[in-house]
Amino acid sequence: MQNQLKEILENARKSISEAATKEEIEKIRVDFLGKKGQLTGILKSMGGLSKEERPVVGKVANEVRASIEEMIAAAQEKAKSAEGELRVKAETLDVTVPGVARKLGAKHPISVTIDEITKIFMSMGFSVADGPEVETVFYNFDALNAPQNHPSRDLTDTFYIKDQENVLLRTQTSPVQIRTILSQDLPIKIISPGRCFRCDTPDATHSPMFHQVEGLVVGEGITMSDLKGTLDAFVKKLFGPETKTKLRPHHFPFTEPSAEVDVSCFKCGGKGCSVCKGSGWIEILGAGMVHPNVLKVGGIDTEKYSGFAFGMGVERVAMLKYEIDDIRLLYENDMRFIEQFK
Amino acid sequence: MLVPVKWLNEYIDLSDIELAEYCDRMIMSGSNIEEAYKVMGGINGIVVGKAVKVEKHPDADKLHICQIDVGQDEPVQIVTGASNVHEGSIIPVVLHNGVLPDGRKIKKGKLRGVESNGMLCSPSELGVEDKVIPPAFREGIWILEDIGAKCGDEFAKAYEVEQDVVDFEITPNRPDCLCMLGMAREASAVFERPLKYPEIKIENEVDDVKNYIDVEIKRPDLCSRYVARVVKDIKIAPSPWWMQKRLMAGGVRPINNIVDITNYVMLEYGTPLHAFNIKTLEGGKIIVDVAKDGQKFITLDEAERKLDSECLLINDAVKGVALAGVMGGLNSEITDNTETILIEAACFDPDGTRKTSKKLGLRTEASSRFEKGVDANLCRTAADRVCQLIEMLGAGTVVKGAVDVYPEESKPIVTKVRTKRVNDILGINLSTGDMKEIFEKLEMKVAVDGDVMTVTPPTIRFDLLEEIDYVEEVARIYGYDNHPVTLPAGSDIAAKTADREIEDLIKEKLMGMGLNEIQTYSFVSPKGVDKILIDQNSYKRDFVTLINPLGEDTSVMRTTLIPNMLDVLERNYTRNIVKVEAFELGRIFLNAFKTEEGLPTEKKNICIGMYGGNCDFYQLKGVVNTLLNELGIKELTYTAEKNEKTFHPGRCAAVSKDDKVIGTFGEISSEVIDQYNLPARVYVAELNFEIIYDLCDMEILYKPIPKFPSIERDIALVVRDEVEAGKIAAMIKRVGGSLLEKVELFDVYKGKQVKDGFKSMAFSLRYRDANKTLTDEEIEKPHQEILKSLKEDFDASLREE
Repeated sequence: MQNQLKEILENARKSISEAATKEEIEKIRVDFLGKKGQLTGILKSMGGLSKEERPVVGKVANEVRASIEEMIAAAQEKAKSAEGELRVKAETLDVTVPGVARKLGAKHPISVTIDEITKIFMSMGFSVADGPEVETVFYNFDALNAPQNHPSRDLTDTFYIKDQENVLLRTQTSPVQIRTILSQDLPIKIISPGRCFRCDTPDATHSPMFHQVEGLVVGEGITMSDLKGTLDAFVKKLFGPETKTKLRPHHFPFTEPSAEVDVSCFKCGGKGCSVCKGSGWIEILGAGMVHPNVLKVGGIDTEKYSGFAFGMGVERVAMLKYEIDDIRLLYENDMRFIEQFK
Repeated sequence: MLVPVKWLNEYIDLSDIELAEYCDRMIMSGSNIEEAYKVMGGINGIVVGKAVKVEKHPDADKLHICQIDVGQDEPVQIVTGASNVHEGSIIPVVLHNGVLPDGRKIKKGKLRGVESNGMLCSPSELGVEDKVIPPAFREGIWILEDIGAKCGDEFAKAYEVEQDVVDFEITPNRPDCLCMLGMAREASAVFERPLKYPEIKIENEVDDVKNYIDVEIKRPDLCSRYVARVVKDIKIAPSPWWMQKRLMAGGVRPINNIVDITNYVMLEYGTPLHAFNIKTLEGGKIIVDVAKDGQKFITLDEAERKLDSECLLINDAVKGVALAGVMGGLNSEITDNTETILIEAACFDPDGTRKTSKKLGLRTEASSRFEKGVDANLCRTAADRVCQLIEMLGAGTVVKGAVDVYPEESKPIVTKVRTKRVNDILGINLSTGDMKEIFEKLEMKVAVDGDVMTVTPPTIRFDLLEEIDYVEEVARIYGYDNHPVTLPAGSDIAAKTADREIEDLIKEKLMGMGLNEIQTYSFVSPKGVDKILIDQNSYKRDFVTLINPLGEDTSVMRTTLIPNMLDVLERNYTRNIVKVEAFELGRIFLNAFKTEEGLPTEKKNICIGMYGGNCDFYQLKGVVNTLLNELGIKELTYTAEKNEKTFHPGRCAAVSKDDKVIGTFGEISSEVIDQYNLPARVYVAELNFEIIYDLCDMEILYKPIPKFPSIERDIALVVRDEVEAGKIAAMIKRVGGSLLEKVELFDVYKGKQVKDGFKSMAFSLRYRDANKTLTDEEIEKPHQEILKSLKEDFDASLREE
């Protein structure tokens, strides 16, 4: 019987070594170890053995069972990992094939630029104010100290509205500043982004409609040096910490003293390139101390309070920043253009 | 304002200052520069030649054969087409292999069989701008003044033609800078160097002006001063080369000595001058008075002008002779035979001059200067300077004295300037002495009393009227670069307007759904509303209209965003972009509704437009619904809208919340599509921002996550086509009561197994009790109620599950 057991063990070893799949191995397990299996059969016939033989054969039989079980477990382990490998292989993907796109929309570059400017000024404590685009001559010119005969008031410069006396399309967002001065308590610290209109025939650098962001600060002890510092901080955030500012004296009716503000070219760092036309500087803002006549419109005591104001063209900033060479692109709304501003 | 730098050096010595430094410091003190350039730069190898013999070409009427002395042993033969070359003419000559400033190389050759070894040059060939070329040389060769140069000398060197010119951008508040002395005054303050005024001295004066002319000002409000001087024995000739050169560099065309001298003094002092042929003045009188209404007058440009009683006219005893401050009259013009002239140096009112000039559409150098302001106190000086130059150039004999009518002298406006005030506004810390010094550099007189300065400006500084004007003077001369850099004190909490917060949110949500933002013009063509078939009596046709639009397509303010959206979609479609999903958030302008101030109402709308890809009505509805839900506007009502002609009558809906209509959306009608180059299916929504803003509810209250399970039941039914799913869902909700948590349409089917004119719909219902586990028995009652109502209300036949 012992020989029979050894033979079973050898058969099992042989079968297992030839089995490849989990299923074959399972069949072997049933063949040998199952209720009707070969080893079970032998064990069942052990009743016919002598009292002396029984423990000996029993021991051998248990050893054979243990060996077979061990071999089956090992084979199963092996088959499992082989199958796993096969599955992984079959399921392997080309990870370089593009993913399924989740399309997000793009913001118009004008909005992108206004948002960026707004964010910077809000971080400096400026609130955002709004006003109408169809305005009165009073808010757009008179209250802003514009001389009665100033050429910007002419029909060749400003769009006027039919059947309405002294109504026009605002040529700047400064009317918002007057509205704020008239309606808000001091101190005032606002910016006013928005659309403006001037009689310019569209070409690569002109558009009859454009956007401005203007700023106004009125309070006690506000100085020209504060204006300088505010604009310096702004351009450093917008164009980078290396950016320098230069104020050149200029004349605007609304402010005195007035300045045009240049920034060191953020493309070439001031060495001179096509963006700054070789000068190293780019004009970007107009600014100045609010003229006392303007503050007086709001009944502000000009001995006690002073203020500064500044303004910039959004299109100009956007065109410089993104190197857009034709302003008309901004209003064509070609999706291939807009989708670049994400 | 063109400033020839060498000329400037007559008044202030800047000869050791580099041009770049000059420009930089002028800019930083407030004289902005358009550009700095060289006139007649790059002239090389052009020589001075003298015509020794000029003959007609034997075979060509228009050609001349010239023998030109260019300092070589033999004269050089050059053939020219010009007719103004005579024996003795001195001419700039380019010889064989010479190069013109524009790079053209001149080779010898034959002209109609006659050898020509170079070219005689015209001013334009040497790079002189057309507008300053003297009339005599416009069509011909440049005949030079004999200044003693030798034949064969380098022309550029001998005639010192190359000049640096700086073009200043003078702001309207500084007309005092529109002349050489004004710019010298600025430079004198900036470089702290003395200013040398021309020394005016007339050597020989004869006779008496009183024997020639009398002047009367009838309108001192329009003419504050009139100075007349007389010069006789006039010899009209070209002005000397040095003067011509300066005038040309200053942008003025040389004409003849008298005209050139008046222009020269105008450039020098900023005072326009005029010269009359005194022989044409009747009655020995100048009367300054307004014209009669309808009076006709012929100006120097030979145009007849119709005047009125606002136009100031210079008259003699019987007739008008000049349009004051604008242009002389043809009847008193100086000609080559004029013997005696009257020099006028007057000061005319800016507004009066502007009105006349505008009314007649006649803007001249003189009128533009008077419009900006001319210093009356300079009139006599300017007239004397003209006389001095006439004498100096031998162009006439000066008559003694001047008639000077000056009813009320122009006095400087004296202002008190407080040192502390200046420092407070600028954020600097200068002493009274520092500021006094700055003012004195600018030719102001300063009296100091403690820290208050009483400042008297030169009368030419029309811009200095009040204290703040002096703050500017200190700021710019001290230099903006020297100001400290500080930030305003105090901390402020920044906020956007509530409107903008919601606008930003809407943009974020729409972009999150894949839509691109567009921005289009606020002004549009009125035809846009025709194209989208807006009703004839709609408020959308009541436009805010521009008086002076650039064109019809930008002539009215938009009342709807849809035409602009369709234009953008069309543009993209034309450019072969197969799919577009876009939105605009912008203002519309309603003339029909006025604000308290009487301005048109400005409202914001949101317009969504799409075509291509899988887009259909329900895609658009999904965007609209998601947007509104995301803004906290839920439980919306969608109603079929059949009357908006812009849209397909069977594919348009109004979306509303309670009673408020938020907007309309749908497929664009085929009639509208036909007017554009667009695909057949285009989907557009226009929503009202104000209503969204009012309804928008961004407050979030947490609802507990359900603890007990729900029971799901599906209902499938068949109804007639026209029964709307929305109505069925609303009924189910109503009847289902508090246990019904959710009802959802999940299938609509038409086709086989469903009769024609009917459709099958499937709804899924979810029942839940928040406080306990529901049993089937508990929902049986409400569910049966629903089924019953479906049959009764909608004549629905239920399909068994």
